[in-house]
Amino acid sequence: MVKTNLDVGRLSERFRMMLRIRAFEEFAIRAADEKLVLGAIHPSIGQEACATGICAALRKDDFLLSTHRGHGHTLAKGADATAMMRELFGREGGICGGKGGSMHIADFSVGMLGANGVVAANINIAAGAAHAAKLMGQDKISVCIFGDGAINRGPFLEGLNWAAAFKLPVLFVCEDNEWASTTRSKDVTGGDSPGKRAEALGIAAEQVDGNDVMAVEDATTRLVAAIRAGGGPRLLHAVTYRLLGHTSVDKAAYRPDGEADKKWTNCPISRASTLLTGAGMSQTELDSFRSNAFDEMQAAFDDAKASPWPNTVNAYADVQDIGALQPLDT
Amino acid sequence: MPSMTYREAGRLAVQEAMRADPTVWCVGEDLGRGGVFGQYAGLEAEFGTDRICSAPISEAAIMGAAVGAAMAGTRPIVEMRFADFALCAIDELVNQAAKARYMFGGQSKVPITVREPMGMWRSSAAQHSQSLESWYTHIPGLVVVAPSTPADNYGLLSAAIEADDPVVYMEHKNLWDVSGEVNSGEIIPLGKARIARSGTDVTIVSWSAQLHTALDATKILSREGIEAEVIDLRSLWPWDEEAVAKSLSKTGRLIVCHEAVSVSGFGAEILATISERHFGLLKRPPIRLAAPRIPISYAPNLEDEVRVTADDIAQAARRID
Repeated sequence: MVKTNLDVGRLSERFRMMLRIRAFEEFAIRAADEKLVLGAIHPSIGQEACATGICAALRKDDFLLSTHRGHGHTLAKGADATAMMRELFGREGGICGGKGGSMHIADFSVGMLGANGVVAANINIAAGAAHAAKLMGQDKISVCIFGDGAINRGPFLEGLNWAAAFKLPVLFVCEDNEWASTTRSKDVTGGDSPGKRAEALGIAAEQVDGNDVMAVEDATTRLVAAIRAGGGPRLLHAVTYRLLGHTSVDKAAYRPDGEADKKWTNCPISRASTLLTGAGMSQTELDSFRSNAFDEMQAAFDDAKASPWPNTVNAYADVQDIGALQPLDT
Repeated sequence: MPSMTYREAGRLAVQEAMRADPTVWCVGEDLGRGGVFGQYAGLEAEFGTDRICSAPISEAAIMGAAVGAAMAGTRPIVEMRFADFALCAIDELVNQAAKARYMFGGQSKVPITVREPMGMWRSSAAQHSQSLESWYTHIPGLVVVAPSTPADNYGLLSAAIEADDPVVYMEHKNLWDVSGEVNSGEIIPLGKARIARSGTDVTIVSWSAQLHTALDATKILSREGIEAEVIDLRSLWPWDEEAVAKSLSKTGRLIVCHEAVSVSGFGAEILATISERHFGLLKRPPIRLAAPRIPISYAPNLEDEVRVTADDIAQAARRID
């Protein structure tokens, strides 16, 4: 059945963003397989609706803080795919000059204050960015995306309490993909849900189908409006699934047979595609979206592959102003 | 020149910085009532509860929020209450504050001043007495400062707040009531040592409260005809290697004394650097005086076992002569 209120234009935009994220990560995985990306990468394949739906509800000047699985969030917030791909390759012109790689990807020009290699660390940092916005009388908000594993680290308690106590403009998003690294989260987590924990701290929480891009966007829009109106922090629990392993080289053999296959049928891109088809969009049009995304990321891949390594002296740059080493000091 | 305490000098530096720059704010436990040592007394009344932010007992959130707030355009002064408690926020300081600028390719600096009251102070035992300054010198990205006088506490804290780097600023708890002359506006550059006493026979390098013990030792030595030069390093990173080398070119003898544990204490770095780069200046093997590698006790006589005394320093100076 076609939903009568389906906004086809909006969904097709979101669909295209999800395709870009998917294509970016497929090229990133290929690059890792070909030893062009040397460090670990953590694909978010299957979780594209979270990144897309959340960021669609934000302003460019809102802050976004992400996780080690943050390519999708970064792209959806508006970062340039080529500069991101160069960063994964560790090349000159990478978005962080080749000094961060996948796990430290950031683009401050679009409010993306960084992925983080330490699980849960961005929760406090996001609360602080919101604290600054409030101190300076700005109406921008801070959004922190973290995984289901993060809710068992201290910053989840400290950061949520902080945001509640100071009534800060923060949206906490638990992007729950069921797996904390290679352990099933529910096997190592007490209580019912991240939302219940948030509510215990006085933070209203909502749960959403994290594979329904429109539902994620709508929930985020609602929560952001409440936050921007001065209502203090909120938590969104987006339930999704990590279709691949923890890293690109993890085959996820610890999962029961058939689990991922079954989850593939709930892939957010397939679901959006079905909806668009149902709304009358032609297969040709859908295919052209796919090939556009593919071509963009193929170009980013080729560009990164052809880019030089960063100049070695850059290893010494941006350490600190006072007491910085000069390359010859070593 | 007005006289004030080390505590008041720190407070003045914060007050002036907050008057001059609306993005400077303070965050830490109990700040509204003036901080646990009174170093923020009266500031809430002047600046309000938003800028003198009394935080929950959540060191990781205090530090982490400050990192985020710094990346978002403010200049937080972070109060850790005791240097020992900053260990609850070490990810936020070491993995986040110290690394963000570098990892993100210079997209953001993290201008935070982290005040960590350090050192032995009345029977405070193993979790309220430590001197961990050398840990932080090991972390690229951090600046480490340990003032010994009221003038320095004013001038160095002012410089730390002005700096765009994360600065670990370690005031010594036993110095809060020490008085001295302080001139408003006299900002002291980070990384520059001070000759606390001139002398020709031996160079004694120290910082923080131990500096005062070193000065006490020079009085004993002077009566015996030994004129020691005392260098107050003031900053541990960067540290003023040039000032130490210059003094050694005169004395040829080096003693480093500090309150922290000797093993991997900052004295080790100083001796190693001087040995590697200025060996020719040394007429005698250098000496380190520091705490044995035991925790700090509660009972006064046990606590005293870790102290480096003026007599210890004087004895070392006689030995090196």
